[in-house]
Amino acid sequence: MTATFVGMPPFPTAARAALEDTQLRHNLAHATGTIRDKRARVVAEVEDWEDLRTAGAAIKDATLANLEQHLVQLEARLLEQGAVVHWARDAAEANRIVAGIAKSHAVDEVVKVKSMVTQEIGLNEALALEGIAAWETDLAELIVQLGDDLPSHILVPAIHRNRAEIRQIFLERMAAAGRPAPTDLTDDPAELASTARLHLREKFLRARMAVSGANFAVAETGTLVVVESEGNGRMCLTLPEVLVSVVGIEKVVPTFADLDVFLRLLPRSSTGERMNPYTSTWTGVTPGDGPQEVHVVLLDNGRTRALADEVGRQALRCIRCSACLNVCPVYERVGGHAYGSVYPGPIGAILNPLMHGVGEDAQTDSLPYASSLCGACYEVCPVKIDIPSVLVDLRAQVVDAHRGGVPPVTHLAEAVAMKGVAATFGSSRRLGFAERLVRLGTGVAQRLPVATPWTNARDVPKGPPESFRAWWKRTDGGRR
Amino acid sequence: MRVALQVTCINDALFPDTGKAMVTLLRRLGVDVEFPAGQTCCGQPMVNTGYLDEAVPALRSFVDAFGGYDAIVTPSGSCAGSARHQHQIVARRSGDAGLVAAVEKTAPRVFELTEFLVDQLGVTDVGASFPHAVTYHPTCHSLRMLGVGDRPRMLLEQVRGLRLVDLPAAEECCGFGGTFAMKNADTSIAMGSDKARHVRETGAEILVAGDNSCLMHIGGLLSRQRSGVRTMHLAEILASTEAAPPTVAPLSVEPVETRGLAL
Amino acid sequence: MTARDEILARVREATTAAASGAYDRPAHVRTPGSVDLFVERVEDYQAVVERCSAASLSDRVQAAVEGCSVVVPPGLGVEVPDAVVDAGLSALELDQVDAVVTEATVGIAETGTIVLDHGPGQGRRAITLVPDRHVCIVRADQVVADVPDAVALLDPHRPLTWISGPSATSDIELSRVEGVHGPRNLHVIVVED
Ligand code: SF4
Repeated sequence: MTATFVGMPPFPTAARAALEDTQLRHNLAHATGTIRDKRARVVAEVEDWEDLRTAGAAIKDATLANLEQHLVQLEARLLEQGAVVHWARDAAEANRIVAGIAKSHAVDEVVKVKSMVTQEIGLNEALALEGIAAWETDLAELIVQLGDDLPSHILVPAIHRNRAEIRQIFLERMAAAGRPAPTDLTDDPAELASTARLHLREKFLRARMAVSGANFAVAETGTLVVVESEGNGRMCLTLPEVLVSVVGIEKVVPTFADLDVFLRLLPRSSTGERMNPYTSTWTGVTPGDGPQEVHVVLLDNGRTRALADEVGRQALRCIRCSACLNVCPVYERVGGHAYGSVYPGPIGAILNPLMHGVGEDAQTDSLPYASSLCGACYEVCPVKIDIPSVLVDLRAQVVDAHRGGVPPVTHLAEAVAMKGVAATFGSSRRLGFAERLVRLGTGVAQRLPVATPWTNARDVPKGPPESFRAWWKRTDGGRR
Repeated sequence: MRVALQVTCINDALFPDTGKAMVTLLRRLGVDVEFPAGQTCCGQPMVNTGYLDEAVPALRSFVDAFGGYDAIVTPSGSCAGSARHQHQIVARRSGDAGLVAAVEKTAPRVFELTEFLVDQLGVTDVGASFPHAVTYHPTCHSLRMLGVGDRPRMLLEQVRGLRLVDLPAAEECCGFGGTFAMKNADTSIAMGSDKARHVRETGAEILVAGDNSCLMHIGGLLSRQRSGVRTMHLAEILASTEAAPPTVAPLSVEPVETRGLAL
Repeated sequence: MTARDEILARVREATTAAASGAYDRPAHVRTPGSVDLFVERVEDYQAVVERCSAASLSDRVQAAVEGCSVVVPPGLGVEVPDAVVDAGLSALELDQVDAVVTEATVGIAETGTIVLDHGPGQGRRAITLVPDRHVCIVRADQVVADVPDAVALLDPHRPLTWISGPSATSDIELSRVEGVHGPRNLHVIVVED
């Protein structure tokens, strides 16, 4: 087995660079360690946690099975409650819709609630091309935006930054975006948070249009839900005249009562709290309170592709809590950027291939392999997504996509080797012969003056004088 | 009850002492374990790399070899997990109804060693003696895929003379992950280095686990670091008695020979 | 084909083989909410919590907004001297106000949460958001045990704000820090009789 494996180049290469970044390693180990403990503590408080997880998974599965009906109902309720409903097949269509609404109100800036889906579609960049500034108002998003950086975590996009780095970004970059940071700013988290408060407040007070996502959309009532901590969400959902919410079609839940399950699962899994500071729900337009023009953009962008995947469709249950990232030993060491997507970590390793399809680009094809299959993600996932099984299924899809025709050079050697292995394991006689070669092989590996992916940091076991099966045969199972 | 040993391909080729320890241990407990010579591999290396069709021949030899047995015992949480959770996926995909039916029989009869001892035989004191400081790494597949829980600890606690030292961050993956160790070698090594560091912190003389594949990875790192910590499979410790202590060399992994390089 | 029809068609096609859409809701046994637990859990969020009788409520409220300019919603059940009654103040005007006093719809003991449905006595969402101090009056009989009890009492057609402690963030090294955009001071007064 040598350097030519399926999925070899992109994730491994990116991961290698990330592993060399000692500051990143330190920041991630600290942050993920903190959140793992917090989560474990509050989850242990809930007696029927496993039942809740089962219920969360069942509600989502049932919703996905009848998704058409729920979407049609959601649309009807939203319209009744005075909202405008748009449908977007892909990112470009969604971006056009949002930009169109902004232009119809002649606004040149919007404030944004943190939302994965608008990152997924690259909304900020699309709006910038139309001359519209999109201000991120979540603290971590602000850090990423000011730092001209990329998000590296679902919940805390700036998890790769520590307080000292955040202070530096605020001091250097805030002035260009509005109210500057005080020159005597320290790296005390409370001080950093209040600096963000002052910087953003002027933007909230003057904003005429806001863009949000939604954690849940209730089909039965047309209610949208945003779960947050800082109050920036409330600012965006309440103060501007126009509110546009971009909502992935998988965010729907059937009934308002279903929310109770998710409002118990999400905060404990996500920030390790019994409840997050703020949850806002709104149903269309409320006369005299909040935005009087409410738009909802229902987005596909690959979700129906994932939905069609029998094993993988469970990924659409995801409520973006990020628990799987926080416990993932791979994520903890390489961080989010190595996954090359706004959805990093274990969920990203399945969601990206499911939404984009495999067999087309090497980066996507590498993601299902970016896991040791340790199962820690599955254990914590509040909606019981069996990420390891989906990863293995996607690996098979990657291999299958390259079957027939000439395999690409990147996995030719592996494909040939696997064929050989298959033949060997088909017969114990052939295996017995191969084992003699293996013993020879480990002996050679010990003596080779070249590093292989295994031996450049690990010794190899000493080959035994005879295999177990040879011993059994020679001694009649130790009886002779 | 007819009991078969599924030694696993890696133990067969590289760690035969583990297989021999299984035989010694099970016989001592009155189980006349057999070794069906037709066995090869559970197919997991292929399945976890995405080569499902290539796993079919291995699966066929698995059901042929083990079809007639009441219990199939294996010194590997990972291979037991593969048999119980992946075999049916491979069989269904092959479209061979006979294979599906055969797997239906074998899959639920596969037991990892500690499950077999504690649940099937009902023993935790296996009469072992091993006077050393030992730390235990629960491998991911035994911990999370099979849910062996504290069975290994229950068994280790009954071993005469053994001092069990807690491993910090024990439940975190060592980074082996089958072909992950090669495809994502850098990440695998980063994970393994932390595991090795935790092992060294315990001051234990021996790291024990229920899977030689993970031990080969962690042990390879410990050996490269000249850490003075050796790895051993749980079966070898449980097989050990005062009269017959294990005969393995102090280090079961050998340093890479770099004499060829005049550095 | 419109985007709508196309997406719905894709959904239909993708779900033809999906399993049936039935599920069981987890059984939930209603238990009365414990005010003690509610108080303890609200305090865990670094909010100020006090308990008082109906007779002393007015004094407690006044003490809580001592020295602050105050806005109150129409329909508030307690008199707050010198308070401005909200009649559509702009965000800029609200930004000049120090404190807001409101009632609530429900309190959740398990999670230390208060929920506002922004009806009479609670006011528009903006008034409990922009001022830096929120004094919230919860009647002991409004406290329920857990989230499902609360959801059952709420009207989805009203805008709802669930508040668990003062505004906070975990965005710096995943440690919780109180005080970002929402009110930095949350003061809950539980009225018992
Ligand atoms: S996959 Fe599960 S654990 Fe990961 S973010 Fe989604 S819901 Fe959370």
